[in-house]
Amino acid sequence: MAEAVELAADALDLPPVPGRLRETWTSYARSRGALIGLALVVALIVLAIGADVIAPHPPNEQYRDFTLTPPIWKEGGTSRFILGTDPVGRDMLSRLIHGTRLSLMIGVISVAISLSLGVLLGLLAGYLRGLTETVIMRLMDVMLALPSLLLAIAVVAILGPGLANAMYAIAIVLLPHYVRLTRAAVIAEAGKEYVASSRIAGAGSLRLMFNTILPNCMAPLIVQATLGFSSAILDAAALGFLGLGAQPPTPEWGSMLASALEFIQRAPWVVTFPGLAILVTVLAFNLMGDGLRDALDPRLKQ
Amino acid sequence: MNDAAAPLLDIAGLTVTFGTGARPFVALDHVDLTMQAGEVVGCVGESGSGKTVMALAVMGLVDFPGRVQARHMRFGGRDLLTLSNRERRTIIGKDIAMIFQDPLASLNPCYTVGYQLSETLRIHGTPEERSSGRVRRARALDLLQQVEIPDRETRLGAYPHQLSGGMAQRVMIAMAIACRPRLLIADEPSTALDVTVQAQILELLLRLQRDQGMALLLITHDLAVVAETARRVIVMYAGQQVETGPVPDIFEHPRNPYTQALLAALPEHNLDRTRLRAIPGIVPGPFDRPQGCLFTPRCAYAVARCREQRPELDGPPGRQSRCFFPLDASGRPTNDWSAQASDLADLTSAPR
Amino acid sequence: MPSFLLRRIALIVPTFIGVTLLAFALIHLIPGDPVENLSGERGMDPERRARLLHQFGLDRPLSTQYLDYINQVVHGDLGLSLTTHEPVLREFVTLFPATIELAFFAMLLAMVVGLPAGIIAALKRNTVADYAVMGVSLTGYSMPIFWWALLLILYFSVDLGWTPVSGRIDVLYDVPATTGFMLIDTLRSGDPGAFRSALSHLVLPSIALGTIPLAVIARMTRSSMLEVLREDYVRTARAKGLPYWRVVLVHALRNALIPVVTVIGLQVGLLLSGAILTETIFSWPGVGNWLIHGVQSRDYPVVQGGILLIATVVITVNLIVDLLYGVINPRIRHG
Repeated sequence: MAEAVELAADALDLPPVPGRLRETWTSYARSRGALIGLALVVALIVLAIGADVIAPHPPNEQYRDFTLTPPIWKEGGTSRFILGTDPVGRDMLSRLIHGTRLSLMIGVISVAISLSLGVLLGLLAGYLRGLTETVIMRLMDVMLALPSLLLAIAVVAILGPGLANAMYAIAIVLLPHYVRLTRAAVIAEAGKEYVASSRIAGAGSLRLMFNTILPNCMAPLIVQATLGFSSAILDAAALGFLGLGAQPPTPEWGSMLASALEFIQRAPWVVTFPGLAILVTVLAFNLMGDGLRDALDPRLKQ
Repeated sequence: MNDAAAPLLDIAGLTVTFGTGARPFVALDHVDLTMQAGEVVGCVGESGSGKTVMALAVMGLVDFPGRVQARHMRFGGRDLLTLSNRERRTIIGKDIAMIFQDPLASLNPCYTVGYQLSETLRIHGTPEERSSGRVRRARALDLLQQVEIPDRETRLGAYPHQLSGGMAQRVMIAMAIACRPRLLIADEPSTALDVTVQAQILELLLRLQRDQGMALLLITHDLAVVAETARRVIVMYAGQQVETGPVPDIFEHPRNPYTQALLAALPEHNLDRTRLRAIPGIVPGPFDRPQGCLFTPRCAYAVARCREQRPELDGPPGRQSRCFFPLDASGRPTNDWSAQASDLADLTSAPR
Repeated sequence: MPSFLLRRIALIVPTFIGVTLLAFALIHLIPGDPVENLSGERGMDPERRARLLHQFGLDRPLSTQYLDYINQVVHGDLGLSLTTHEPVLREFVTLFPATIELAFFAMLLAMVVGLPAGIIAALKRNTVADYAVMGVSLTGYSMPIFWWALLLILYFSVDLGWTPVSGRIDVLYDVPATTGFMLIDTLRSGDPGAFRSALSHLVLPSIALGTIPLAVIARMTRSSMLEVLREDYVRTARAKGLPYWRVVLVHALRNALIPVVTVIGLQVGLLLSGAILTETIFSWPGVGNWLIHGVQSRDYPVVQGGILLIATVVITVNLIVDLLYGVINPRIRHG
């Protein structure tokens, strides 16, 4: 009899939090791609934070005598401008490094805004149900009916071009995904017994939502947030490219590409490197997001 | 029993391991099995005993990282181990057929019953069946009748999700017997079904077995089922064969403590008690296999030798047991064990 | 099945209304004077402004304005473009086939390459082939489309000279636009040179636009196949002694494709987003290009009408995909 009780107690005993974190890390580290992604992201963060120190030149300084210098490995290149210069003589490498800071900042802010608003709306929709849910979800449906870039363009059309507005636009584009995700998770969790017992124990709605339900929805949210980063960076670049986002001379990768378009044949590096930077950054976050998804997905745990 | 005629299925030393490296997981450890044509053999054991793996190994359905090895594995005289995939495909589904535990999951949800039935005929059927859709349809209807499905025409066009569990299992059986197999392997055919339907399915299987004269390997964890249907039984535990013998001898005079414990746990043998006897502990997983006999943690009669060495199968052919101290005719152990706990002790008064 | 159909249609009505609200509100949310925005004229004298105000109905209450707007939309009046003074709807209809053609070929490419790639990756799991497919696919949807398009142009058009740089067809061909689909029109014109030219102009933009859907389809197919291959009914198929190709293509694939079809349908929205960028790079005369010019030149009737129309297309396609899904999945079809 005592045995049985002991066994039952064991079953309910979740491993202490540090144990769970380590377990997640072990799963995560199993994938080489995920580790590469993590390493890249860390490198990017270092570049972003230390941009002022790491970049060899100020990003907006124009060296009039050195416009369109090729990268160091091509004929005419110089070690002074390792990756060459752009049409007005600015150092590509420095601009790219500062662009990292810009892109990561865009990602963080857009995702942060979108995530907080999205989780809030999702919690409300999923927990309160009824009219609140219908209104919120219909609104999300409308937003999802528009292709993401189109929605972003619409928002920017209203707010006007600029980096800040581009960030808001991107946050709006990402919003429906977080709302839907949170709502679905909340509905699934709210049906479980621990919620009913918490409610019986007297927990109020708000507390229930934030303290009890939300922590259990974290896993898919974390994955989506990481992948949302990639979306944000791509969308910001697209808006920058169309002239609707960051404006020159801000070293945003997309707008760097746009302003160099006419020189594509003469100086392909002005176009190749910004795009490559976008690719590597987005790839890094996608790898990390995939790794997190695999690590946090209980189904895959063997 | 073991007459001079060559057995239909002749397996010796079948071993299936999973994984590579230092310690691969041994799912099946040197199992022997022979079956004569038309014979009904039962294979009994708990989950994790390797019974399904054995069936899959015979069918050639064990995939990488599983490895199948055996001294020999012959069906109808042909060596199953060295068959090419193409050659194997001429045998399975035709001469050897298998039905599985969960019939609703084992049927393809996107295709009708008729389609899936005809498919077997299209591949393995007679030349008329292979070429003519009309012949196939007629044969499919005939098969549905054999498995006692009412309303055959409608059922032919039904999708699996429109069937009940029992109905789906009948369809599976129909698919299996479509080409008149010489051996039918039934892996827990009634376990997933409602209690009322279980008996019907088993009866159907046995009737078909008699009518068609096919050999039947009935895999189950339910001793009662086997006691009524099989001629011979092998008892499996943690990938090993622990006892073989004819029914009813093996049940009336089990030689192996595990068989005895299984019997003791049957509800029919607990009518005089307030609590069901159960075998304490669980089947060892891949990482907690004891050094000695695999049953020692749960065996009432284990002594030092049992914990140190692994016993081999021992005894006259057809009546073997894997135990250093096989039970005597009245079910008592032949070593000087001391009682492990009070409720293990009355296992000796168990089977009748 | 009919109830399923009706339910699905009923669900999109509020979404559609929401979209019209958004398009309607756009004009009023844009900074600046709505009269100036709608007419394109700046610094008018007050009399003219008052007249235009009344003409545009901007002096009426918002709800009436909205109803008027809906009324106009239903009758096909989406205003006039400020730059070309052509009806917005007509411009859209003229330009839309170019976008459809591009999107169609992009999707075709994505499926023709993506589906087999995903299947092969699943069958040869954890081998070089699998890693190659997954790696290429990951790179594919991590790339900015406009950059990829530029690289393609740089390499294939400029360096190798294999394909043209922009447009739908060589300028020296003057083909009557009967259907608006260049390939069909050139075929009907009977000029093989024109057809070849149209085809060669289609290649790079289709590759650029189709890369992301390709990547997504390959991934989705692979993971769906992997799941299906583990199912019991695949084991049954093998136990029946069916040939390998039959097990994979008949039994596994049919089930594996079900979620993939949904994903393909959802790609439409993505395709239109991508079309905006692709058309810009390749100077492809489609609605994406048209919309961008509208935004950049503050042609608000175009922006408003473009958003409404494109959103309508996306909603309709999603509906069709939903219905198709009901057809493929027998569980829904036969309840």
